[in-house]
Amino acid sequence: MKTPLNWLKEYVDIGCTPREFAEVLTYTGTKVEGYEILGEDITNVVVGKVMAMERHPDSDHLWICQVDVGKEENVQIVTGAQNVSVGDLVPACLDGAHLPGGKVIKNGKLRGVVSQGMLCSLGELGLTVNDFPYAVEDGIFILKEDCKPGDDIRDVCMLNDTLMEFELTFNRPDCLSYLGIAREVAASFGTDLRINKPVVKPANDGDDISNYISVKVENAELCPRYSAKVIKNVKIAPSPLWLRAKLRSAGVRPINNIVDITNYVMLEYGQPMHAFDYNYISSKEIIVRNAKAGEKITTLDGNVHELNTEMLCIADGEKPVALAGIMGGENSEILDTTNTVVFESANFARMNIRLTSRAVNLRTESSAKFEKGLPPVNTVPALERACELVQLLGCGEVVDGMIDVCNVNIEPTVIPFDWQRVNALLGTDLSFEKQSELLAPLDLIADGKGNLIVSPYRSDVVTTADIAEEVARLYGYTNITPTLFRSEAKEGKYTEEQKFVSNMLSTMTAYGFNEVYTYSFISPKWYDMINLPEDSVCRNNIKLINPLGDDTSVMRTTALPSMLEVVALNKNMRASSCHLFENACVYFPDETEMSKEHKVLTMAFFDSSEDFYDLKGYVEGLLDKLNIRDYVIEAEENNPSYHPGRCAVISKAGVVIGVLGQIHPTVAENFDIDVPVYAAEINVPAALATTSGKKDYKPLAVYPAMERDIALLMDDSQTAATVYAAAKKYCGKSLENIVAFDLYKGKGVPEGKKSVAFRLTLRASDRTLSDTEADNAINKLLKKLEAEYGIVLRA
Amino acid sequence: MKAQLDNISVAAAQEIASASDKASLETVRIKYLGKKGALTAILRGMGALTPEERPVIGAYANTVRANIEAFLEEKGASLASEELKNALVKEKLDVTMPAKVKTIGKLHPITQVENRMKEIFVGLGFDIVEGPEVESAYNNFDALNAPADHPSRDFQDTFYINDTTLLRTQTSPVQIRAMKTMTPPIRIISPGRVYRCDEVDATHSPMFHQLEGLVIDKNITLGDLKGLLELWAKEMFGSDTKTRFRPHNFPFTEPSAEVDVSCFVCGGKGCRLCKGEGWIELLGAGLVHPNVLKAGGIDPEVYSGLAFGMGIERVVMTSYGIDDMRHLYENDIRFLGQF
Repeated sequence: MKTPLNWLKEYVDIGCTPREFAEVLTYTGTKVEGYEILGEDITNVVVGKVMAMERHPDSDHLWICQVDVGKEENVQIVTGAQNVSVGDLVPACLDGAHLPGGKVIKNGKLRGVVSQGMLCSLGELGLTVNDFPYAVEDGIFILKEDCKPGDDIRDVCMLNDTLMEFELTFNRPDCLSYLGIAREVAASFGTDLRINKPVVKPANDGDDISNYISVKVENAELCPRYSAKVIKNVKIAPSPLWLRAKLRSAGVRPINNIVDITNYVMLEYGQPMHAFDYNYISSKEIIVRNAKAGEKITTLDGNVHELNTEMLCIADGEKPVALAGIMGGENSEILDTTNTVVFESANFARMNIRLTSRAVNLRTESSAKFEKGLPPVNTVPALERACELVQLLGCGEVVDGMIDVCNVNIEPTVIPFDWQRVNALLGTDLSFEKQSELLAPLDLIADGKGNLIVSPYRSDVVTTADIAEEVARLYGYTNITPTLFRSEAKEGKYTEEQKFVSNMLSTMTAYGFNEVYTYSFISPKWYDMINLPEDSVCRNNIKLINPLGDDTSVMRTTALPSMLEVVALNKNMRASSCHLFENACVYFPDETEMSKEHKVLTMAFFDSSEDFYDLKGYVEGLLDKLNIRDYVIEAEENNPSYHPGRCAVISKAGVVIGVLGQIHPTVAENFDIDVPVYAAEINVPAALATTSGKKDYKPLAVYPAMERDIALLMDDSQTAATVYAAAKKYCGKSLENIVAFDLYKGKGVPEGKKSVAFRLTLRASDRTLSDTEADNAINKLLKKLEAEYGIVLRA
Repeated sequence: MKAQLDNISVAAAQEIASASDKASLETVRIKYLGKKGALTAILRGMGALTPEERPVIGAYANTVRANIEAFLEEKGASLASEELKNALVKEKLDVTMPAKVKTIGKLHPITQVENRMKEIFVGLGFDIVEGPEVESAYNNFDALNAPADHPSRDFQDTFYINDTTLLRTQTSPVQIRAMKTMTPPIRIISPGRVYRCDEVDATHSPMFHQLEGLVIDKNITLGDLKGLLELWAKEMFGSDTKTRFRPHNFPFTEPSAEVDVSCFVCGGKGCRLCKGEGWIELLGAGLVHPNVLKAGGIDPEVYSGLAFGMGIERVVMTSYGIDDMRHLYENDIRFLGQF
């Protein structure tokens, strides 16, 4: 909220620089976001009196003026304006003057005639005819203020001020007013607060508000309080300069005395008010009710709104005359001809104002305040202040009597004040007297009987913790001694899964993979892009009902498409290769819980020097690091996202741990990737469940090993795994390892066959194996391979 | 004969000294010590000497031989070292030519910062607890004392799955889950993904990360909160780091504070990063609101607690000087590779 310091100074003395002021208020909890020195951009502009004028010899529109600017000699200024006369007081920009917008005025010549400055208009001073209704828009600003030549224009037009911008917290709607801020300022600086209770002089003419209007509140929940006063014999006119200047410094456009008064009170008391033209209130009654379906209102801004039954309106006997708390209706607007006015000062439920304001897409100063939940206690003081101003300005007669329909508690509340508990919470040792002294300026009064009397505008103070906060912020958070909690010693722990994941991440980075972070929500179209069939379980996902867009509308059940998008981005950025992984959750709907979430490690790469077997190497190395052994890797032809001939699942004891393979060429194409991409997805909890959690160390062998290489002629469809299994079965316990190391097809190998070379390592733990023993083992394997699979030694 | 040996010795020494490489040195060796060498010839002629002369001359010849061999060895070593020196000169490389790049992968900066935070808190005896991202509105709002008409519950601020389920907007619901399953003293941190309806721009993302902390025990004070976070900030950003606590308001803490740390770049003097303030706003914190303790099944008359939370992206961005949040989720390897 922007607050002019000059205005605040009416209620409280401020004797420090804006920077110091900002710091003190920030430390007591009314944060200053920043401040702006008003009038700073105008320099060297003074009041000038036009002493003589003559036509420019070479121009039919320029005038040469001799201007008294309060110095010994007059200055000569050439102007093109036609509204200036001898004897006028005008703003004169002297040599080197600055104007808003960065304009600088210098001595110069106009068609050969010396001009020692410039006479300026309202607009050039950053003002409008709302600020000075007697001035003209195009032409020099002819001053009608009480001033003399040489006076600084900023003083004359009241342009000097400092605007503080406060960031107010949700619990302090009472600070949405200059009085509320002033109260915080007084409490923060320990100075006195000057608030005068408004005084309305009674007319005692026998007239009463009941002769004019009645108020009926049909929905007291949405309108807890409605107060009203009537002003008769109204004379609509511009407000005096002081009032216009104050509104302008607060950023509000002056309109006319009655409207300006309502705005003034809104700023001062934080209580939005509305003024109706009484003559347009039919049947002389005000009804606060929910709108009827389809009912329409044209608001003051000229827009038509169709209302619904959720919206609260202020109506007369026939029609809505205002959208409650948001904006008045055009039909009862204050015009120059208005002679009787109804002032409304009401309280509305914040939620309803917010929803209506949003539904009709209309946000006003008033709605912005009501949305925050204003204290209902303020309606009557604000109303009285408005009437006081009417009398001060002499712009109407206040009719005796007030309407106040109040369905809410506006009395102070009394809560227990456990000052020792306050100390216990803060870690302080402040006496009861000290605490009471800190609280008093906030209208939180200790009654000496163990209670705190809480002002009705501080309904946020309810518990001891609330009191502790008030004490702490005025005592100063800075003054509270930092301590380290005393608690029983215990070790901090990572869970098994956290350790497992950390192990995974360090392995992936050791491989040279970079970690990525992608959004948890994706577009459902991405399931199409990874070829998932219509009935895939992965399409059964959690949907957001209010997503930002279709692209982020469902919680992902696979992180693969997000990963492919990142791969595509890097390919487009001309990376020659890239290796990526992500550790993130996938989300599945669940009947009993809201969702089943589990972590998945997704890795992917493209690299012209790597293929499926590199991928397999990364995966096996990772599983080894994670102490997962005795798993099975088997061909998987049915995963639609992967190449049907280059995909495998990893499982252990029937539990699937993950999948790896080359991304299906059509999927890659869907993501505009024109190179082979390899990916693997590891289900973290499944992998964790299969880990042995420890390394199985074997002592280093003492006796030498025998190595035998054999080349086998196999069908294309036969796998290396077949040979491995047979070797394990028939070579006996001397088989230490078997690995395929070469694959050959072509000349010398029949069509439909392949030649695969295997190296077998044989070793005994208690002696050197003899050649014969090794040969016997190999021969037995060859015999069985031929008998069982038709696999023969290649000649 | 002795004179002959002396001549041989002198001549051999000269020739050895002038040998320019291993081959010419070998030629000298053969010339004097070879089977047909000069010294060998002399020794063969020993038979012509008298028995008295023979041992004398024999001993002398052996000395000459030993001297020549020593010369040969010395010269050989010097030639070898010369040759090695020349070879090394020829092998000289231009060390300013580019390296053959060895890549190690990088953890995402969010993980790196999160890991550092975890280490500090684990060292202080905190456990790491994680919670679901699809949460109940109850845990995310009601139990955390957010009023029923709090604007953060609006559709335009929170992503909903249905009336009662949403994507958590903060890691704070983990506080409720922890209180319900653990008994005091509780000391946990909880990092994770959170979601808010913010369109993507340089400073906003609909998904981001927070780290939450909670301590519950008897006699936890606001002073303890200050002490803990001051300690954390010094560990995290360096021992010169200062912290400042400003009063604020959050539904789930009372009293509440916003916590700033002195700017990592200028140390508090004021710079572009801190916008001249000298401070960087980093955490929200406070004493756990009694209503929140009650919702977690903990008696606020017996226990008190402190809680704090911060956006991890904000720490990442301010500590590395990253000016656009989108980089963190775009995952360009030219970006990722720098951390």
